[in-house]
Amino acid sequence: MGTAKYLLGKLGQLFITLVLVLSLAFLLFRVWQPGDPVATWAKASGAKLNAEQLDQIRHEWGLDVPLPRQYVSYMGQMLTFNFGTSTILNPQESVSSMFWSRMAKSAILIVTSTFAAIAIGVLLGIYGGWKRQGKVDQASMGSSMVLYAMPEFVLGMIFILIFAATLHLFPVSLYESPIPKTGVAHWTDVINHMALPWLTLTLAYVGEFYLVMRSSLLDVLGEEYIALARAKGVREKYVLRKHAVPNALLPTITLVALSFGFILSGVITVELVFSYPGVGKLSVDALRQRDFAVLQATFVISVIAVLLANFIADLTYAYLDPRVRRA
Amino acid sequence: MKTEPAITAPEIQAPVLPPNKLTPRQLRWARRRRTLGRFWQQFRQSKMGMIGLAILIFYAGVAIFSIFASKGALDPTITTNGPRLAGPSLHYPLGTQIDGISVLSLTIEGARISLFVGLSAALISMLLGTLIGMWAGYKSSVHDAILMRITDVFLVLPWLALAIVLAAMFGQNFWIIIIIIGLTSWAGTARLVRAQVLSVKERTYIERSRALGASDAHVVIKHITPNLMPIIFANTILTIAIAILSESQLSFLGLGDPNAKSWGTLIEEAFNHGALTLHAWWWLMAPSISIVLVVLGFTMVGFAMDEIVNPRIRER
Repeated sequence: MGTAKYLLGKLGQLFITLVLVLSLAFLLFRVWQPGDPVATWAKASGAKLNAEQLDQIRHEWGLDVPLPRQYVSYMGQMLTFNFGTSTILNPQESVSSMFWSRMAKSAILIVTSTFAAIAIGVLLGIYGGWKRQGKVDQASMGSSMVLYAMPEFVLGMIFILIFAATLHLFPVSLYESPIPKTGVAHWTDVINHMALPWLTLTLAYVGEFYLVMRSSLLDVLGEEYIALARAKGVREKYVLRKHAVPNALLPTITLVALSFGFILSGVITVELVFSYPGVGKLSVDALRQRDFAVLQATFVISVIAVLLANFIADLTYAYLDPRVRRA
Repeated sequence: MKTEPAITAPEIQAPVLPPNKLTPRQLRWARRRRTLGRFWQQFRQSKMGMIGLAILIFYAGVAIFSIFASKGALDPTITTNGPRLAGPSLHYPLGTQIDGISVLSLTIEGARISLFVGLSAALISMLLGTLIGMWAGYKSSVHDAILMRITDVFLVLPWLALAIVLAAMFGQNFWIIIIIIGLTSWAGTARLVRAQVLSVKERTYIERSRALGASDAHVVIKHITPNLMPIIFANTILTIAIAILSESQLSFLGLGDPNAKSWGTLIEEAFNHGALTLHAWWWLMAPSISIVLVVLGFTMVGFAMDEIVNPRIRER
């Protein structure tokens, strides 16, 4: 079966990539980190410990065994999301419990805005590529380039200046009001807070998807089978819907998956601008305090998220393009 | 072209060339000049490319000015006597920030840092990407498989998460930021170069050269690299845009070099001092617009060049 073989191949690739990235994480956090995690922790927490006590902690954290054995247990810990306890930010709290609540907040922001950006970008891109050099195309081309060139945090600050600081339409920051509300009021409150970060992230990536879809459609429209379809007298609407767009979507899917790493990066700065209490804000806090246990978790979790997104893109690709399955 | 009348050297008899024949070196240079001239003719046709080029020339001028300007005019320790947080005025065209330093002079200083970081990081990325892409494409089989797995890892890696970790470990230094951006942005170039090498190395002129006994090094350096140069160059221009954006993101997170303030660092300072709630828009405006314009400039020039050198796009 072609499909099963294809899926297994992709799963294998996913696994190899994951092992490579986790090895990189091991090198970074266990081998190259200046001083070992216990020394970093002791220095940052200000606890006065003698060498014996430090060794005791090293033993508890499993840092006194040879590196190859550490490597094996490290892989096991990372794959079971066991990131240990936060060293500085919230001493004694387990890192994974710090993550779960924030991850939901980040995920809803990322998923909804990414899908909105894809939908708008792809639809506009189809229209722009079809009516090339038309008014819509020229306007979208110009704004796409500007949006592409604008860092996410600059866009976010423009929105804060206009909609929050001047017009007072939306709150400047946070996830909900300082005094939490209940029932329906709670959800309108949350949506109100999420509006500006959502808009920032959506607009920040619409431009990229527009450019990709437009150029991919232009490639396809130059193919001979499109000329044939037109020569047969197929109506333009069907040429587009049946012949051009499905084929043009394929490279777009790949690029959307590839840009997911950039989206996750952008979320970090946007959460900082809006003080949105998600994983991005957490990693900035961890960065400022040099809490490597939390930074390590951010790194591993975002890598896994990106790999999963790419895997889903591969699946979609195989579903849409039978040639991929048969090859 | 006129050639110098040969001064007769007693030992070495210079080859006597008919007046209309050039040495191979002169021929090569004449050909390169012609190619460049043709490229420029095509580039001039692109409105987008010319606008981008104009923006870049302006900012290059600003950056060069900041190197040669008298230190006194731009030195923060000397200019810290302006009014604090004043809006744009005749004396301070772009206003002042919280310590009374002119935002204009800070932005001019920032141009040098941001452009330098962007260009250097893109250079590292180009060298790494070209080397790895060529190696993978030319060697193929096992080398190719291993290198492309690694490339895939770097292609999908959430670069900022990695960059944060690296910067947190190795300190906030200008050069470290350049290296981090260079190390996290080469994967796209490697893929592009590999694909080009795969198609170029099958062409007949490579086969002929091999039949004449050319070594791998000769084929790669003399025949494949020149063929790839235009596409690599266009790609590098686009990489500079991404590198400048990346630098601004890192600096905005507070990882910028405090002794060499780029535009991103200026924005971070303004943001952390509450410029938004103070309604001090002028503090943010000049560095933000500068980032957007420069990135836009590089992107426009890169797109315009891509349209000329990339045969797939040219056909449209």
